[in-house]
Amino acid sequence: MRAWSPTRDRAGRRAATVAGVLALAAVTVIAVDATAEDESPVDPLRSASGEVFGPVETGLDTAADPIEEVADQITTVDGLRDDNARLESENARLRAQLETVDIDRSRLEALSALYQLGDDHGFDLVTAQVTAMGPAQSFSQVVTIDAGTSDGVEADMTVINDQGLVGRVLRADHGSATVLLIVDASSVVGGRLGSDLELGMLRGDGDLSDGGRLSMSTIDQTVQPGPGDIVVTWGSRGGAPYVAGVPIGRVESVESSQRDQSMVAKVQPYVDFSALDMVAVVVGASASDDSTEQAAPPEGR
Amino acid sequence: MPVLRMLVYAALVVLAIGLQVGPLSDYAIRGVAPDLLLLVVVAIGLTYGPERAAVVGFLGGLALDLAPPSDHVAGRWALALVVVGYLVGLLRDDARQGMVGMIVAVAAASFVGTSIFALSGLVLDEPGVTVSRVLEVIPVAVLYDVALTPLLLPLLIALCRRLRPSSDEWVRAA
Repeated sequence: MRAWSPTRDRAGRRAATVAGVLALAAVTVIAVDATAEDESPVDPLRSASGEVFGPVETGLDTAADPIEEVADQITTVDGLRDDNARLESENARLRAQLETVDIDRSRLEALSALYQLGDDHGFDLVTAQVTAMGPAQSFSQVVTIDAGTSDGVEADMTVINDQGLVGRVLRADHGSATVLLIVDASSVVGGRLGSDLELGMLRGDGDLSDGGRLSMSTIDQTVQPGPGDIVVTWGSRGGAPYVAGVPIGRVESVESSQRDQSMVAKVQPYVDFSALDMVAVVVGASASDDSTEQAAPPEGR
Repeated sequence: MPVLRMLVYAALVVLAIGLQVGPLSDYAIRGVAPDLLLLVVVAIGLTYGPERAAVVGFLGGLALDLAPPSDHVAGRWALALVVVGYLVGLLRDDARQGMVGMIVAVAAASFVGTSIFALSGLVLDEPGVTVSRVLEVIPVAVLYDVALTPLLLPLLIALCRRLRPSSDEWVRAA
């Protein structure tokens, strides 16, 4: 129990003052960052911390791969006698090796599929691995990849994987970059319907589970997208932030919105965002086709 | 504060952030990953009291705000963890003994921290922050942090205690 004493009381008041000052400092940072227009004074701090945390995240991710495999196995070993346990863990180690081989193989397959995709579209690709992911507590769907400016990655580049469109680069540091996924609630992508080439805007719903859907509102309100239609990227001028012709997803259902009298199609993305691993950044498009439109790039953050 | 202790704190904070956005995001439950940094702040609060926990909470929270892949307005985790550090520090006399006290402290800390972060997002009108999502995320976050408490918090507290000189104030006060 707390015994009252003058020393404690003074220490308590001091702590309250320190906490109060720090809370005010935090509010100030929030205010400065939230009211900043294009260039926030916080941005240099962000890139500085990216230089520190990028390598840490890459290192921890690499270190965790074999540990995760072994940990999965060891849970079954618990409670057995020593002799048995030793054999089991030996077994576990071997199986973990095997599973790492599986992971490597599927990464290799993803990689070759990616290069195929790049060849088909005439994209220059830089491949990267997802090393960190923002948790649901932060309410934004962003990931870190282990490629940065030293690999030619810059802000507003398109990120794809072997399934389709993943997102775009928000910020790039020396050896890592932050990618905004298209399922993030602030993401807006221009899309084109495969069936009749009509255009629309796709917005994320902030849900990266399998239930996550993009809502696509067509620009021409008389257009009726049909379930099963394929949506590809519209592409903006210069390929930033999105290059044209990358598959996004498939129309699942169509609802008409009373509010603005337009059709809203629910699009199921091709990419499985909860299991992102190998991705590629489009660092250049050698053969840009003429489908890039005059329209301004979609407004995103 | 001796240099060594500050370095250990810094290493703890960097490691906690690196793990919670990195490898631990593979173990997310409905997208919610465990708040390791919050557990570090709680451990410091229960060992050293409100002042130091508020300072570590502020600096650690700011680092979490700025570390990739964060994309929200900076300062929100800093604000949340200052309050968490201060409040948990006030609880230390009651909560430092026994697992029940630790669990209550972590549950309160996780609830307060996640809520302040979420509410600041609602106030700032950040994309993706909606009341229904907030109500979905907070209980999962609290339960996940509480579930990790018996495993991690005693270790963290033991580490913090090793760092303190033996003649520190609450040893005498206790």
